[in-house]
Amino acid sequence: MSAINSNIPEGDLTTKWTKYKSSVPLVNPSNKRSLEVIVVGSGLAGASAAATLAEMGYKVKCFCFQDSPRRAHSIAAQGGINAAKNYQNDGDSTYRLFYDTIKGGDYRAREANVHRLAEVSANIIDQCVAQGVPLAREYGGLLDNRSFGGTQVQRTFYAAGQTGQQLLLGAYSALERQIGMGKVEMFTRHEMLEVVKIDGKARGIIARNLLTGELERHFGHAVVLGTGGYGNVFYLSTNAMGSNVTAAWKANKQGAFFANPCYTQIHPTCIPVSGDHQSKLTLMSESLRNDGRIWVPKKKDDTRKASDIPEGERDYYLERRYPAFGNLVPRDVASRAAKERCDAGYGVGASKLAVYLDFKANTERYGRIEASKAGIHNPDKETCMRLGTAVVKEKYGNLFDMYAQITGENPYETPMRIYPAVHYTMGGLWVDYNLMTSVPGLYCTGEANFSDHGANRLGASALMQGLADGYFVLPYTIGAYLSKEISVKAIPTDHPAFVEAEARAKGILDHFINIKGTKSVDHFHKKLGLIMWEKCGMARNAEGLKSAIAEIQQLKKDFWADVRVPGSADEYNPELEKAGRVADFIELGELMCIDALNRNESCGGHFREEYQTEEGEALRDDENYAYVAAWENKGDGTFELHKEELKFENIKIAQRSYK
Amino acid sequence: MSTGNMNLTLKVWRQKNSKDSGKMVDYKVSEISPDMSFLEMFDVLNEDLITKGDDPIVFDHDCREGICGMCSMFINGRPHGPKDAVTTCQLHMRSFKDGDTIVVEPWRAKAFPVIKDLTVDRSAFDRVIAAGGFISVNTGNAQDANALPIPKAQADAAFEAAACIGCGACVATCKNASAMLFVSAKISQLALLPQGQPERYKRVQNMVAQMDAEGFGNCTNTGACEAECPKGISLENIARMNRDFVTAKFVSEEEG
Repeated sequence: MSAINSNIPEGDLTTKWTKYKSSVPLVNPSNKRSLEVIVVGSGLAGASAAATLAEMGYKVKCFCFQDSPRRAHSIAAQGGINAAKNYQNDGDSTYRLFYDTIKGGDYRAREANVHRLAEVSANIIDQCVAQGVPLAREYGGLLDNRSFGGTQVQRTFYAAGQTGQQLLLGAYSALERQIGMGKVEMFTRHEMLEVVKIDGKARGIIARNLLTGELERHFGHAVVLGTGGYGNVFYLSTNAMGSNVTAAWKANKQGAFFANPCYTQIHPTCIPVSGDHQSKLTLMSESLRNDGRIWVPKKKDDTRKASDIPEGERDYYLERRYPAFGNLVPRDVASRAAKERCDAGYGVGASKLAVYLDFKANTERYGRIEASKAGIHNPDKETCMRLGTAVVKEKYGNLFDMYAQITGENPYETPMRIYPAVHYTMGGLWVDYNLMTSVPGLYCTGEANFSDHGANRLGASALMQGLADGYFVLPYTIGAYLSKEISVKAIPTDHPAFVEAEARAKGILDHFINIKGTKSVDHFHKKLGLIMWEKCGMARNAEGLKSAIAEIQQLKKDFWADVRVPGSADEYNPELEKAGRVADFIELGELMCIDALNRNESCGGHFREEYQTEEGEALRDDENYAYVAAWENKGDGTFELHKEELKFENIKIAQRSYK
Repeated sequence: MSTGNMNLTLKVWRQKNSKDSGKMVDYKVSEISPDMSFLEMFDVLNEDLITKGDDPIVFDHDCREGICGMCSMFINGRPHGPKDAVTTCQLHMRSFKDGDTIVVEPWRAKAFPVIKDLTVDRSAFDRVIAAGGFISVNTGNAQDANALPIPKAQADAAFEAAACIGCGACVATCKNASAMLFVSAKISQLALLPQGQPERYKRVQNMVAQMDAEGFGNCTNTGACEAECPKGISLENIARMNRDFVTAKFVSEEEG
């Protein structure tokens, strides 16, 4: 166990970043042209970094496994992006966004990083609007805002239910512009399989051309991973089918520490599982909690239709338990409260694993406002509902359509049934203030790193962090490293380190093909997901985690002995891709359980049943666990814990309360 | 948590690689639940094929929530299948009946060559965007976002055009394999916004030139693209693009 250095600049919190930017070493334009940077991933954190680095003059190579950079899973983010603009004049400020994020993360994030995030948040909105991203506007032509969980101000910018799509297409346009100018070389349908290290520094990657199966060697003076989160370790999650941990995991094997892997965000409002065939879960945006009220029947095992249950027999449990924040409590709190009601026997729907999200009250309220605008006095209920439905349709139409499509029910008439589902992972590769991992020259941005959200991320903060890292942080901080690399010539890829890394990757691929077992990759992935959900999901305990570790170790053995991967390694073979990803998920799953077992406290998304208050709230142990757990992969299936102490100099650490 | 009771016959396009001539192959699937998505039905079929030692069917998919634009099946003669305004991943088996025969093919267009089975190469779309589908603003140059008010109606219209997911259904359904709906959606989004004005006419010329170079066909106004677009992108965009394209000839001459 050893301490690690987060390289946070000295000085006052509010001026650290400004001072850092003004004093960071620069690289002159002619040197930039000969410095090569590899960016893996083309989501918000990857595409924005690749585009910005190319604009600055670096030679950039960008990789994604999808058929186009526009398809990265950032595209699916629905609700919005936070920024401390205070356009609503409701008392927002950089400090308040900083404070909300630290508190929302249950005091397990690094103050300096979070403050920097809050500082650059306003620039993101400016940049995106300049790119032509059509964010929602009010009739006066100015930008509109909505509320999100864990805050009492309106600071969330949005584009209907497609905010991620619009922001990603903005970053994608910027990236394509650089591709068109020849400043970024784009490799689609390529997957990174190894990080290449020379003399202790990251110097390139091995990538597989997914269409031909060919392994390619790529040199870079530095490597940036913007490869997203690892929620698919649970098999069922709101992530895309292809979202995976492989790049981050391979980096971990090369010496990049993996931080806080057990911090998983379970999102409270997702469409419930409908059967064993389910391949993924679909989120219903948190923005719906602006206008929806969450409830269950007051009576156990109530089988009446929602509309037949009178007002007095409904338990609006979030409003009851958390009067100050009500339906807008943070995600971890809302998820646990839903689980608590369902476990206690108050769940609804066929599976009893669901609660209602009801828009009726707000629909009627909107209708009343519309009626008044139209000069209708004392409108009847039907008129209100009709007019209100039009308002709700404009705000959330695409989400309601999606719900109807998936469930076959009409959410304008009956309340939505929702249940928590895995959505985001706060853990990720450990990075210092510069976003550099513990491997020199290897950087990590966006959801793939651990840095800004502590033990729980607030809604609309993922888009903010991805773009902050890619547009406004990494392009500066990477200069500090590259300024010392200007005399390093491009290293030829016949260097033994490349040969060796390629052989490692090839060995694994050939091995999968040769197992010729009896069970599909999905078979093992589903088993892993079930273990993780049951024992390392919304609630965990020491006993369950210990048995999960044993089960995962057995699953790993079975997988490597009995998986069946059809076809060959030198062709387009999606089953082979999946095998590699699941192999890495299995190892990560074990580390998540180890981390959860190590953390003898409850905080944010990590809820250990042994550590809770009498009211069932998370009980932190600040004396012993106010640290980032960064795990070093020892290569023999064991991990060494390194601790980064978290110092709170500007915020008074307290029990989180939303009551 | 029940499995279903639908039994279906699938006729699926199988093609080993871009050089293979390809053929339709019949498959039976059983115990399909109406709550499954179309792609989950394919998962069941593939699981079965893998267990039997056959090659699973390759198809593009990723987010499975209708937004990434990756899924691309031509089902019973329609891109994304029989339901309006949904992608294949959001098409559910309750849209079919027990005993149905379903024909599944890849997108077919010269500019979208088949890679394997139901997977096609849509990189032509990226190259069209790289030719001009952007506003040339480097990071760090932006003014305060609210310094430029934009009338709501105009912003909403730009948003509607920007809703395109780049799936290529418009090309697949068009008898000319024209990409005009896709290209015009991006051109419209930027042409409707004040930020897009400085490059407006250069943009339309460059993007149309690239579209032609990629081998997409021309538009003969049949409107199939609009009818099949899962995001409801309007034909108006094509009209707007054509107007800008014609105007560009004069504007650029004036600008010399």
